[in-house]
Amino acid sequence: MGTLKSGIYFLQGSEACAEAAIMVGCRFFAGYPITPATEIAEHMAKRLPQIGGIAIQMEDEIASIGAVIGASWAGAKGMTATSGPGFSLMQESIGYAFMTETPCVIVDVQRAGPSTGQATKCGQGDVMQSRWGTHGDYSAVVLSPNSVQEMFDLTVRAFNLAEKYRTPVVLLSDEVTAHMRERVVIPPIKKVEIINRKKPKRGDKAFFGLEEVPPMPSVGEGFNVAVTGSTHNEYGIRFTADPLVHRKLVERLNGKIQNHIGEIADVESYKIDDCQIGIVSYGCTSRAIYDVIEAAETKGVKVGYVRLKTLWPFPDEIIKKLAETANKIIVPEMNLRQIFYEVKRAAEGQAQVIPMNKIGGGELITPEELLDKILEEAKKGND
Amino acid sequence: MTEAFSVKQYLRDLKLPFCPGCGAFTVINAFLKAVYESGYTDLSKFVFCSGIGCSSWIPSPYFKADSIHTLHGRSIPVATGVKLMRPNLNVVVFGGDGDIVGIGLSHFIHAARRNLDVLVIMVNNMIYGMTGGQVAPTTPFKTKTTTTPYGSFEHPLDAAKLAVTAGANYAARWTTAHQNELKEAVKKALEMKGFRFIEVVSQCPTAFGRRAGFKDAGEMVRWFKVNSITIKQTKNLNEEDIAKKIVVGEFIQKRRPTLIETIYNTIKEAQKTEEN
Ligand SMILES: Cc1ncc(C[n+]2csc(CCOP(=O)(O)OP(=O)(O)O)c2C)c(N)n1
Ligand code: SF4
Repeated sequence: MGTLKSGIYFLQGSEACAEAAIMVGCRFFAGYPITPATEIAEHMAKRLPQIGGIAIQMEDEIASIGAVIGASWAGAKGMTATSGPGFSLMQESIGYAFMTETPCVIVDVQRAGPSTGQATKCGQGDVMQSRWGTHGDYSAVVLSPNSVQEMFDLTVRAFNLAEKYRTPVVLLSDEVTAHMRERVVIPPIKKVEIINRKKPKRGDKAFFGLEEVPPMPSVGEGFNVAVTGSTHNEYGIRFTADPLVHRKLVERLNGKIQNHIGEIADVESYKIDDCQIGIVSYGCTSRAIYDVIEAAETKGVKVGYVRLKTLWPFPDEIIKKLAETANKIIVPEMNLRQIFYEVKRAAEGQAQVIPMNKIGGGELITPEELLDKILEEAKKGND
Repeated sequence: MTEAFSVKQYLRDLKLPFCPGCGAFTVINAFLKAVYESGYTDLSKFVFCSGIGCSSWIPSPYFKADSIHTLHGRSIPVATGVKLMRPNLNVVVFGGDGDIVGIGLSHFIHAARRNLDVLVIMVNNMIYGMTGGQVAPTTPFKTKTTTTPYGSFEHPLDAAKLAVTAGANYAARWTTAHQNELKEAVKKALEMKGFRFIEVVSQCPTAFGRRAGFKDAGEMVRWFKVNSITIKQTKNLNEEDIAKKIVVGEFIQKRRPTLIETIYNTIKEAQKTEEN
């Protein structure tokens, strides 16, 4: 069996993620078991050998992402999957992948933290960690699926962005989205956009500069590539004290994400130019919106929304637009306020931004609760 | 191979960063001479992975080769990914004792257990050199370091023996006073498969030697020579006396199926099952 044949399937989110990875050419997986991400490792362990790929369980999450980084320099597309505790262990290496411009995909299936927290229960508490988890001046690319279909589609996109920008990309999933089963449409492989890293030409020597996204050789191809997480010049030579070399490198690395927010930051939006109340949500929590729009409208409240399919880089522009129209913006999250502050910042005081938070036991914010909140805020008017 | 050996043919045109008298120079010479005598006129069939520390700078970026300078302690995981996807390349890991058997110890043990096809060369200077002389897992008992100002109260780890216990195909220990033996060990290891480990007891005159009371690097190397005993010689000694010595030689040499063999066999089997 090769890649999944096109058609309509009934899959678990984790399976959709694994199949998407395989379809875009992922041939290396390394991971360490952790609820609720283990199913991805199990599926990769079964499927990759069938198509000549390698799946290996490493001794911990640090080793897992290390092996993925090594595989990437060996020319492969690689992925690892984990949850909060393992994601914490990977942070140093995520910074390394960023600094060395190593494309790779990290799936974080969020559960309720901090610490071991409620290991089997859904949460959205890793949002800020996914942005700021590693040390230093870093720009993250983080995608947020809210359905099994998007576990497929956004995994494909995660690999494409990783390859295009030569950077680590996080698929920030959650227990609900990874564990539920839904109908998925799998396109024929020919219809799937597959982006591969730009390769150097013979004689090329600058793999860490000169261009915004430089070409990436693999080891063993004769390029004598010197890879280092220390500050380096275009040729990979360490400069551990020179202020200009550091500035130039780190500003380029951040720039290659920040200069392309328009392309990277993908959202779904509805009536943002004609609403009283706006909703900004993402991941499993955003599933409640669809059910409440009409119900709110029949009660005379116009609701618009922005659903963040990309959390980082943050799409300031569309939030600004929403804030120009809506009087109030409600931000439902399964954490104690994370994206809320980002929305507030982007809204720049144009709209009142209202948090709505719920944690524990994996309990979702229900459509009823969201509707009540909308109606309550509409009735209250502006403070 | 008519040309005479010169390290220059394998090195980039950069100044090496090590202190005068550092054992790293000896390790570089012995390693590259072994490469030369094994018939490699360049390093195109090699990939070097290293962590963080003075010893991790040995290949990166100084060797004219592909080199991946990783995080502190994480060279072996990265080498794992490289080797699994490029089984035809010689993957060689360089690192200090802190890097390989301090922070990276778990990876070391598991790589030996898996019999991962890499050669690990650990430069054991018995100290954290780069950070200025803190106690390492290899520091001899009672040694004064910056973080054990009253003398170390812990006993050092025997990394070569640990490699044997964990399942390595090859494990040897030499010192910078045994340049020829070291070179021969590298040559032998390059011919073998599976997990191969060479520990080089080495001098760090800057962060270890001074504080431990050695006049200079030369005195340290002489001390290595005088203080070394072979594995055979340990038979007549008790544990306490052995602990005061540097035991040199080959601790194991065997052929156990390697990770590359077992993992690629598994892929073949998985594909066969699929066809049926
Ligand atoms: C995660 C992490 N912790 C600590 C350090 C600081 N650090 C750099 S090198 C080093 C130890 C170096 O000792 P060793 O590996 O024995 O190499 P040597 O310099 O002696 O050759 C340490 C602790 C680091 N870079 N990263
Ligand atoms: S500090 Fe020690 S190990 Fe580091 S370069 Fe100097 S002598 Fe060598």
